[in-house]
Amino acid sequence: MSLLQQLRLGFRSLMLHKLRSALAVLGILIGVTAVIWLVAMGEGVSYQAQQQIKDLGATSIIIRSIKPSEESSRDVGSRFGISYGLLRDDYERIVTNVPTISRAVPMREISREVRHREYAIDGQAIGCTPDYFGMNRLTIARGRAISEVDMKGYANVVVLAWEAARKLFPIEDPLGRAVQIGTEFYVVVGIAAERTAAAAIGGSLDARQYDRDVYIPLSTFRARIGDRVFTLRAGTTQLETVELTQITAVVEDMKEVDATADIIRSLLQRYHKSVDYAVVVPKELLEQAETMRAMFNVLLLLIAGISLLVGGIGIMNIMLATVTERTREIGIRRALGATKGEIVRQFLCETVVLAGTGGLLGVAFGFLCGPTVNGVRMAVGAFLPEVWSALPPNIRNLEPRLAPWSIIAAFAISVGVGILFGIYPARRAASMDPIEALRHE
Amino acid sequence: MNELQPTVDREIVASIVGVSKVYKLGGHTVRALDNVSIDFRQGDFVAIMGSSGSGKSTLLNLLGCLDRPDSGQYILAGRDVAAMDDETLSRIRGRYLGFIFQSYNLIQQLSVVENIEVPLSYQRPPLPGGRERCLKLAELVGLSGRLGHRPTELSGGQQQRVAIARALVNNPHVILADEPTGNLDTATSHEIMDLLDALNRAGRTIVMVTHENDIAERARRIVRLRDGRIDTISEVRPALPVVSGSIALERL
Repeated sequence: MSLLQQLRLGFRSLMLHKLRSALAVLGILIGVTAVIWLVAMGEGVSYQAQQQIKDLGATSIIIRSIKPSEESSRDVGSRFGISYGLLRDDYERIVTNVPTISRAVPMREISREVRHREYAIDGQAIGCTPDYFGMNRLTIARGRAISEVDMKGYANVVVLAWEAARKLFPIEDPLGRAVQIGTEFYVVVGIAAERTAAAAIGGSLDARQYDRDVYIPLSTFRARIGDRVFTLRAGTTQLETVELTQITAVVEDMKEVDATADIIRSLLQRYHKSVDYAVVVPKELLEQAETMRAMFNVLLLLIAGISLLVGGIGIMNIMLATVTERTREIGIRRALGATKGEIVRQFLCETVVLAGTGGLLGVAFGFLCGPTVNGVRMAVGAFLPEVWSALPPNIRNLEPRLAPWSIIAAFAISVGVGILFGIYPARRAASMDPIEALRHE
Repeated sequence: MNELQPTVDREIVASIVGVSKVYKLGGHTVRALDNVSIDFRQGDFVAIMGSSGSGKSTLLNLLGCLDRPDSGQYILAGRDVAAMDDETLSRIRGRYLGFIFQSYNLIQQLSVVENIEVPLSYQRPPLPGGRERCLKLAELVGLSGRLGHRPTELSGGQQQRVAIARALVNNPHVILADEPTGNLDTATSHEIMDLLDALNRAGRTIVMVTHENDIAERARRIVRLRDGRIDTISEVRPALPVVSGSIALERL
């Protein structure tokens, strides 16, 4: 009998007990769908993270100021408030002392209200150098970027992020108009193109959003806004002095990233009493993310494996019942010339049909993962808006990514489970004494 | 025993020599067969009779290669199959033997023609002309009109006809029938016996277990067993004259 004929025979035997077979198929179906869905979700999350990290650049090292914890800040605290973070001297030291660095870009950042007439946004004022745009792959959609001339002349010019421009100037053309940042006025010279968020760095959990940024020359920032920042917190004013929020250093070769980061760490260590800075290496983050993804996938496969195991046990249960029920058929076939091996093959074919059907349907349901997630997202967004807004953005923006390997693996595992859990019932069928089997009622 | 078979030039298709079989039942041993020897020649039609426990079922199981003797030889198609392993015995059953059972033993989920086909699926190498042969046999047993029916849709007599067609499909050396009419009424029984008789006339070798005298009378020889031994062998009808067997068999 050819394999195809055997599979067809198996299918017909299974059709004798439609409900029973359907339940066994369901067990495998759920297992396979679980594998595909869970892996797709995991891949979606890690893809998001990886994209964000890649945006930071694999050859860059990011040094960020971190506000020290309360106890340690008391030491550096004075009547001028606390002073922490990267210094302009740090920047000079890094640029002059670390030879592998091809470029280094300083940046100072502060939250300020940005207005234009009645339109206002909670903006992020960013003092930067002309290099900043290239470094962060910010392209200018209209107008121009910050220039060296602006830097030298302490010019009151601003480049708006796309979203900021849209909110502040819903109707008018922003170019050449003035916006108010804090208390000062700046002329809009350019608008940056749209940019998706980058990975979280330097201890902040949120991904770096670019859409509320307004860029001004670093020199102007120092002159007009200054290093000192008053914040009102819990009824008391606090004075913080920060010279630079971030320095982004870029090396020529990716192989030099780790060594360069070490040099920068030891360099900063010498001049900072407390660790009020963080050195972030996106390449390391990327590697961590890869490891996380692998661990995540193993975990998911474990969970999915358990559900496939349960499905397999379901199949075994049903096949054992089938074998007992069809004892007489086994006896007849043995008398008519079937060897033990042929009986084993016959029953294995049935379990493979069961598991394979479950596997195929599971793969079909697996492809519904994307639409289902979107549907659930829309439903939650529409009917439970408060729950929706409480969800972290990573989940809100989650796009499941079907991994081809997971589809192949899930199907192969389901057929494997069928064979594995079919062997025992099939062998039991084959080992029956034909005379006894023929007598069985 | 050979003197009871006058036509010595007929080929011996199956022969058991000094076969014994012992069962252990609840502490004491039962001699189901005790040093039994008998030859079956081509064209023989033998009825095996005896009271229950006389060993007739054991003998049929041994002849059917479903069981192995404790001692003695069983020569089938020129080979001693008494000591063969399970797989070889399966192949021999599939190749040289045809089975007819009291309760028909058709496979319920298969149609008439598929049931007839079952032995063909276990032929190594496959026999040529599979499906055609099944259709011819279905016609021979008078079931051409019911090829697609399931066994449950047939009467007992019709089911037994399917079983007979199935027993013929592999062109066996010996047909073994275990109470073939046991579940049938008298009229149908004789129809089935007419069919077996026709097969025998065409050169088929048939060994049949029965406890009904009128059914046994339809055979050529009657072997009576008692306590695991051959009690008597009586000739009912003269043996089939020598037929050029292969030609006759090809017709079926």
